[in-house]
Amino acid sequence: MIAQKTRIQSLFENKSDDEKIMSLFISAGYPDLESTVELILGFEVNGAELIELGMPFSDPLADGPTIQYASNTAISNGITMSKIFEMVREVRKSSEIPLILMGYINPILKYGVERFCKEAGESGVDGLIIPDAPVEESSIISKTADEYNLNLIYLVAPNSTNERMRLVDQHSNGFVYCVSVTGVTGAREGEEVAKSVERFIDRVKSNVTKNPKLVGFGIKSYEDAKVISKEVDGFIVGSALIDAIRKEYPKKGWKDKVFSFVRKLKFGKA
Amino acid sequence: MKYTAPTKTGYFGEYGGKFVPEILIPAIEELEIAYEETQNDPVFQKEYHDLLQEYVGRPTKLTYANRLTEHYRRGKIYLKREDLCHTGAHKINNAIGQLLLARKMGKSRIIAETGAGQHGVATATACAKFGFDCVIYMGAEDMERQKLNVDRMQLLGAEVREVTSGSQTLKDATNEAIRDWVTNVDDTFYIIGSVVGPHPYPMMTRNFHRVIGEETKDQLKKEEGRLPNYLLACVGGGSNAIGFFYPFLEDEDVKMIGIEAAGLGADTDQTAATLTKGTRGVLHGSLSYLLQSDEGQIQLAHSISAGLDYPGIGPEHSYLYDTNRVHYFGVTDSEAMAAVKLLSIKEGIIPAIETAHALAYLDKLMPITQKDDIVVVNCSGRGDKDMKTISEWFSEQK
Repeated sequence: MIAQKTRIQSLFENKSDDEKIMSLFISAGYPDLESTVELILGFEVNGAELIELGMPFSDPLADGPTIQYASNTAISNGITMSKIFEMVREVRKSSEIPLILMGYINPILKYGVERFCKEAGESGVDGLIIPDAPVEESSIISKTADEYNLNLIYLVAPNSTNERMRLVDQHSNGFVYCVSVTGVTGAREGEEVAKSVERFIDRVKSNVTKNPKLVGFGIKSYEDAKVISKEVDGFIVGSALIDAIRKEYPKKGWKDKVFSFVRKLKFGKA
Repeated sequence: MKYTAPTKTGYFGEYGGKFVPEILIPAIEELEIAYEETQNDPVFQKEYHDLLQEYVGRPTKLTYANRLTEHYRRGKIYLKREDLCHTGAHKINNAIGQLLLARKMGKSRIIAETGAGQHGVATATACAKFGFDCVIYMGAEDMERQKLNVDRMQLLGAEVREVTSGSQTLKDATNEAIRDWVTNVDDTFYIIGSVVGPHPYPMMTRNFHRVIGEETKDQLKKEEGRLPNYLLACVGGGSNAIGFFYPFLEDEDVKMIGIEAAGLGADTDQTAATLTKGTRGVLHGSLSYLLQSDEGQIQLAHSISAGLDYPGIGPEHSYLYDTNRVHYFGVTDSEAMAAVKLLSIKEGIIPAIETAHALAYLDKLMPITQKDDIVVVNCSGRGDKDMKTISEWFSEQK
């Protein structure tokens, strides 16, 4: 059987060469349970082409303070795996934006790999990013993910060897997530990222050949994104978006401010 | 039966593995290769064993506990005296071993997590001895209850970083240490203090502690001409226990018991009894039993002992538990504190509260032993660091 194309794969197939895909990360249930769906739909209207919906975990060891904060808030708000799937179904009522669930392996194992992949597939999820399940441990979920037509997206980092990049490319479907700096997630000063990223991207380009490439970690502005994604297919913003929400929430009109931040990220002006 | 775990990919049965972010994969691969090389490197092995002898003070004694034996009027009780190691606990065996590895790998900066502070002190000590920069992550709550060890680490030249996220204990200190490692992976070596973490850490840390069990075996053979009937050790992450048990795993007549901290009771929320109460999952890089909610969020552990206050356990213990090779039971805060007093009064040894958990189980074990049975308890650490907690506990009991 030839697997059906996911919305992620169609997105990259249909994109023109110089177009840059903007993917936005938001923790499900942050800043509150009610806003997540509305935020996702608003991100799409304001320029996002791909959504990474975070599944909050109590011990996010690859994340910096911003996403730790968002995860903790969401858990205190009462986020559960079932509620996350409900949110996805709600989004799918009015949107076909490619949607990825991103999170640590433990809550998935606890929910049950089969049950998780089945519900993810049926609710309209297109892919999974599980930072603490690298290729070595992928067999714990890869077969089941395939069965439910979920793309598994793996990461490469500046310290990945060329050989490793080729291996990750082989295992990935949808795209490869290029981590621009060695470190945890979090917005950084633009120069810190741009300085080291060029040589890394060169290596990525010659080793990741099967999949499109998105670059993330540390991007906080249109200018950062423009420089960093010049040679790849697009960019990912997470912590800077959450920081923007944190700044405005729950003031009156906070969502509009956040959407204006999203437009600035994508177009350079609100 | 031959015992060969872990597999090449780091699995003890279905437990273990390398559940880490991509950024750490090169570091772990490099570590695996370096560790493998040291196994057949006589120069490395000689330096390690010389340090254990001349600096740590090994072999540690095997003390016959005659008054404790009389107290129970059953089998003979011996104590393996890891409390006599330099710095006051077994942790230094591993800290020295991993530091030598770090030096071999050309790393210049050492980080570690600590709960009770014993691993932090051991790491700070090794770093002082070899002139390495040292950063220790420690939960704010633990810094309070183990203040003496904080002062010791600082005096030894280490920077102690307070961790205020989550439960502010060992779990969160480990998260922060991993985040540091992810950020500074090029020049930094992470000395993990227990048999937890991604492969090869659980195997490597076990092997740096196996000297505990090997010595015990030799010493008891000289003293009694035979193997023990029972081995008893406390288990948080499980490093002292695995080092003690491992050399006996193929000796099928030797029964082994690991004691977890039950806190206020394994049937309460205030517990650290991971095997008794936990379910399978991934924490800090490996698949093992852990305390978690129905949603797979890690739960806070509770124990009066900072060193056992951890919601996970080393993957090898999960394997030994499932296969019934080792039996695991819980001991509560108050049972452990009674054992602190008993050993102090009967043997003139003030044990660490961690160690006292193992000793407390003698109340249950000794009545089923025979006169000619031999029980060896791993006296994993001394109790000086706990004097504040101990004094407060007994003044509240009055």
